[in-house]
Parts: sequence; C-alpha cells; structure tokens
Amino acid sequence: MSVPAAIIIDRVCKQYRRFAHTHRFLTLKSAIVGGNMFAALAPDQVFTALDDVSMTVEKGETFGVIGGNGAGKSTLLKIIAGTTKPTTGEAEVNGKISALIELGAGFHPEISGRENVFINGIMLGLTRAEIKERFDDIVAFAELEEFIDAPVKTYSSGMYMRLGFSVAIHVDPDVLLIDEVLAVGDESYVHKCLDKIAEFKRRGKTILLVSHALETVTRLCDRVMWLRDGQVQTIGDPPAVIGAYRNWVAHKEEEELAAGHQERVEAVTAQDPSDGAVPEPAQPAPAAPAEPDQGSKQGAEAPYEPGRWGSRQVSIEEIRLLDDAGEQRYVFACGAPMTIEMRLSAAKPVEDFVFGVGIFNPNGVCCYGTNTDIEKFEAGSLTGEATVLVVIPELNLIEGTYYLDAAVHRRDSFAYDYHRGLCRFRTTSTVGDVGVARLQHTWEFDGSVAWQRTGGIAPGGE
Amino acid sequence: MWHAFRNLLRHRVLIQSLVARELKARYRGSVFGFLWSFINPLLLLAVYTTVFMTIFTPPQGQGVDTQPYALFLFCGLLPWTWFSASLLDASNSLLVGGNLIKKLLFPAEVLPIVSVLANGVHFLLGLPIYFLFWIVFKDDAVSLHALWLPVVMLVQLVFTLGLALFLAALAVHFRDIRDILANVLTLWFFMTPIIYPLSFVSERAPWQITWVIGYLNPMSHILNGYHTAIFEGALIPWKRLPVTLAVALVLFFLGYFFFDRLRDSFPEEV
Repeated sequence: MSVPAAIIIDRVCKQYRRFAHTHRFLTLKSAIVGGNMFAALAPDQVFTALDDVSMTVEKGETFGVIGGNGAGKSTLLKIIAGTTKPTTGEAEVNGKISALIELGAGFHPEISGRENVFINGIMLGLTRAEIKERFDDIVAFAELEEFIDAPVKTYSSGMYMRLGFSVAIHVDPDVLLIDEVLAVGDESYVHKCLDKIAEFKRRGKTILLVSHALETVTRLCDRVMWLRDGQVQTIGDPPAVIGAYRNWVAHKEEEELAAGHQERVEAVTAQDPSDGAVPEPAQPAPAAPAEPDQGSKQGAEAPYEPGRWGSRQVSIEEIRLLDDAGEQRYVFACGAPMTIEMRLSAAKPVEDFVFGVGIFNPNGVCCYGTNTDIEKFEAGSLTGEATVLVVIPELNLIEGTYYLDAAVHRRDSFAYDYHRGLCRFRTTSTVGDVGVARLQHTWEFDGSVAWQRTGGIAPGGE
Repeated sequence: MWHAFRNLLRHRVLIQSLVARELKARYRGSVFGFLWSFINPLLLLAVYTTVFMTIFTPPQGQGVDTQPYALFLFCGLLPWTWFSASLLDASNSLLVGGNLIKKLLFPAEVLPIVSVLANGVHFLLGLPIYFLFWIVFKDDAVSLHALWLPVVMLVQLVFTLGLALFLAALAVHFRDIRDILANVLTLWFFMTPIIYPLSFVSERAPWQITWVIGYLNPMSHILNGYHTAIFEGALIPWKRLPVTLAVALVLFFLGYFFFDRLRDSFPEEV
C-alpha cells in the first residue's frame, strides 16, 4: 500500500485577467444596459502566471521552490493554499494545511493580541479548546508575554509578524507552506524559526518552502523546483537545481550589463561633439588612473557619473572584458581571471601617451587604479591601430557591481580619450566576505580547535 | 439548496467570534464604550421626536393610534437602523476584509453575515430601552403579543442576509454600489411605514405609491409586524408575514447563489 502524496499539482494553469483602465469605473448601469452582467465582467487581457505546472510532493518531504521575480512562485502557493483556484488543472492537498504566507493577515488592530490569537486560530481551523491549550506556547514562541493584552495596533511590525508566525506554526498542520517569511526577526529569532521548521521535518510533516535564500533552500530541502516564467524549468536535487539557477541568474545579469554598456557608450558618444578638439572639461583629467587617492576623494565629493571626454587625437574605439578563454563577459567570479582589452586608434602618431585603468564601486570609491606612467613605462610612439591588454590573473574583488575607467592621456594629464564608467561589470562570490578586495589568505589553527565542517572556498573556486 | 445553510452552520464558531470582535473593536477607544449601543438609538429618537413634536404633527393612521408618538417612532427606527446599517456595512465588508479573502483560506460569505449579525446585536441592545420607555410612557403592561417579536425578527434577518450577500458581492465589482445604496436607503426609509403607520398612506397617496408601500415592499410588512407586535399589542399580520418570509427565503438563496457564483473573482478584485 502506498502512502498518498501530500500535494499533487496536475497540469495547473493560472491566468490573471487584466482589465482595461476604464473597466474599474464601469457603472452598474452600463452593465445592465449592455445586457449580460457576467459578460460585462469579462477580461480584456490575460496574463499567464502559471503555465502547465505539474509536480508532486510526497508525504514528509521538504520541497523548495525557487525562481526569479514574477516566476509564479507565490501564485503556486496560493493555489496550494486554496486561496486562488487554478484556471485549468487540478490541485490536491492531503492533510491539514497551514500557510505561513501573510503573517497576521487576519489581525484586527483595535483588539488585544490575546483576542487576535483566538480569532486567528479559529480562522486557521483550530477549535477554541485547542487554542486555549496551546495559548501559552504561542505567546512564548512569539516572545510577547508582556504585550499580549495590548491592542495589536501598538505592536511593532516585528512583534506583529512574530505573533502571526507563532499562531500559524502552532496550528500543527500536516502540510506547511512557507513563503519568504523567515525575515520575521533578528538573527536569533530566525534561528528559532528554522529550528521549529526542522522539528516539523523530523516529525515527518510535509513542507513546501518558497525562498530566495538559496542557502536555506539547499540546507532544508530534499527536492527543489525551479519555476521560470510560470513553467517548470527543472525539479530535482537541490545542489543541481540551484547551481543551474545560479548560472541562469549570472547569464541574465551578463545580458543586462552588456545591453547597458552598449547604450551608455552610444549615449555619451552621441552627446560629444566629435570634431576632436574638445576643450578640457570641467572635470579635471588628472584622473583616477593616474592618482588613485585623488580619485577616491573626488568620488566622495561628487557622485560618480559616467562620461567621456578628451581631444580624440588618440581614441579608444572599444573596451572589452575577457575571460581566460578570450570570451567577452560582464560577470566574473571572484578570483577568476579577467583581461581588460582596449582597442585604440591614433589619428596622427603621438609620442607622449599614458594608458590607465581604474575600477570603481558604485559609491565612487576607487578599488584599484594604475597606469603605465606609474608603472614606469617610458612612452615611445603610438601610431595607427593598437590593442592594449591589462591581464589580471585573479580578480579578487568582493561581490558587487563595478565601473571601469579607461583612458589615454598625456603625461601632464591632458586627455586624448577618457572613458569614465562606461563599462560595468559584476563579480559574484559564494563567500559573504566584506570590504573591497578579497585578500589572499588561509586559516591555520593549532591546539584543540575542532570544526564540524571545514568550509572555505578557495580563491578562484566555483 | 440546504447547502447554503449547512455552510453557515459549519462556520458558526468563526462567525460568532468575528461578531464578538466587531462589537469589541467598534467602540474601543471611545469614552462611553459599549454604552454607545444604548446612546445611539436614544439620540436618534431625540432628533425625530423633536422634529415631530415641534415642526410636523405626527401622522395619524385610520383607526391606529400613534400616541405616544416617540414610542411609535422608536419601534420603527430600531429595526430600520439594523436593516440599513447592515446593508451599508455589508456592502463594504468584502473590501474592508480584503486581506482575509486574499491571504487566508477564508469563507468570504462570513463577512457580510457578520455585518448583519453585529448590527443585530445592537438592535437587541436597543430593545430593553424600548420596553423601558414603554413602561414610562404607557404606564401599562407589555402585551403578550410581544412574544411574536422573534418571528418578525427572523423574517427581517433572512431578508437582510439575502440582500447583504447580493450587495457585498456586487460592490466588489461595482464600487458605485455604496454611493447608490445610501440614497436608495433614504428613499426606502420614507417608503416604509416608520414615521407613519401603514394605514396612513392609503388615504392620501396615489394608488401606485400605496401599492408599493402597502404590498410590494417587504420591509413594510416587517415594520408593520413590529408595530403590531410591540406597539399596538395585536396579532402580527399572519397572512402577509409568512409571504414575506417566503420572499425573503427566495432572496436569500438567490443572494447566496449570486455570491457563490462571483466568489472566485473576489481575491483578485478586492
């Protein structure tokens, strides 16, 4: 005899009807005059939130759902919870269900926490006696012993959420739906909630978890489904699915950054008069690449704004960021190699030239800057087309978005061509370290230091 | 058909606690608190009595004594307030309680029903005041016919519930309902024997109006029921009231059906 599955979703589609603007102000009269009332309520446009989704969650399983914004995760939860009906297809849930979706949705602000616990409990399907029995646990878990008789409107949002969470979790359901609600308190409270969820898991209850916290999903879930634009992309092992999802996110970011790059270069170049003899801009050219210190000060005073200036005697035709295979990229893993490629063309031969690059974070802080003058290159001559490469074997910048400055200028800082922040890239990291750069390091211990698990992703890992 | 009633029975604990919550929350923060349930009808009575004692002469019906007029008025105003406040609250109830419908697995029909019942409790709290006044003004024992009161109330309850369900569902899609309703209720108030006895109209109004007030308006029969049972102390209109009950039942089921039909659209529309 097989145990029936806890949740069965069978070819579910959900379409939301979007009404044209005027529909909201449609009056009763026009509906009646128009004839059929139900026909007047017909939609003008249809938005498909879920498209042919099928899945099964076995009893006792912890099942994660991940996906980008608007992928249909919350719609799926609503359908499982029963607050929304699927347009087509079937959703079946076996067992008592409790949804940690909208915590404290049923609270009335004017009455006390105590009364709200009772009413909320009844709404969630408990009897009065059951609530009475669990009341002390509920209040204790919410850490609200002192305030339980105060009206709920005096609660802080954290207290409100904790009480909601506590009531919902004490319903003691067979199936628990969780939607991004682990942001209900400080660190220690989140741990308490996670412990409670782990306890549910141990007791063989079914859990469906929707989250953007991929770490939590990996740790808690037995299987994970990745929803993408309302369709099931994959269902499977958490590490595999989450890995694929991360790749997709990186890829998407890369596309966005690439599109942005092209637009910015075009926009700035179009603004510039292109006759070459541009007067020196107000923004001084002795710029970041030459003197990183000054660059960061500048950044602190004036917001970092992308731009391009210079006389164009030598112009930077193209800047590309390459990975170790020579492919153009915009997203780099922390510690991975990166090469900055500048294609230059000099209208006339020049003998005084300096190449420089600088990397800035969005706050305008210069993370690193250098140029050929600082590094003691003596300029000889530059004629016609040239390609300059800055090869960085390990891009040890912490996770974030960065802007690249690249310039060709004279030694006295007169700019031939200065690209400020026209090229944007991201670094990603699975380590949550902070600061600017990831300094190479190892940890060493001696004596009786013991670890449960040795973490530590080697630089350049992933 | 009985499905509707069975459903209500199933949610009785929920309805009960929501009505209690409604009553508790209603006067939270006011100085007189729960006393407002008594003060409100008294003030209303004071207003109408002043108007009819000083500006208008109280209308008299054929063979019906409306004296003491304050008592007569009170007898009609109390149930009417229950009726009109219920409908106004109910038409708003789904929009106000939108959170519940959207976020929880919540039986939506409970909300308009709670509106009707909570106002019903206010009505019940007004009744002792009425009987107190009766003793003061009439200096007489209350007639045994007052025992018909629950019957009249039942008819009104069913009728109000049906309308409330219908209006609540409709107001989700047509927000105009709330504004229209307020005005319709004013008209309805004057088309119902509240400030005058039922027999008053037949003498002077055109026959169409008489017909509407005397026959078509269910509230006329309900209000007439109150007048006979607790003001005149006579037998309630035993033929018309059952017919009204039948109409009310039909309306209730139609309202429930309509509500049920639109139910799935609520979470997306409120």
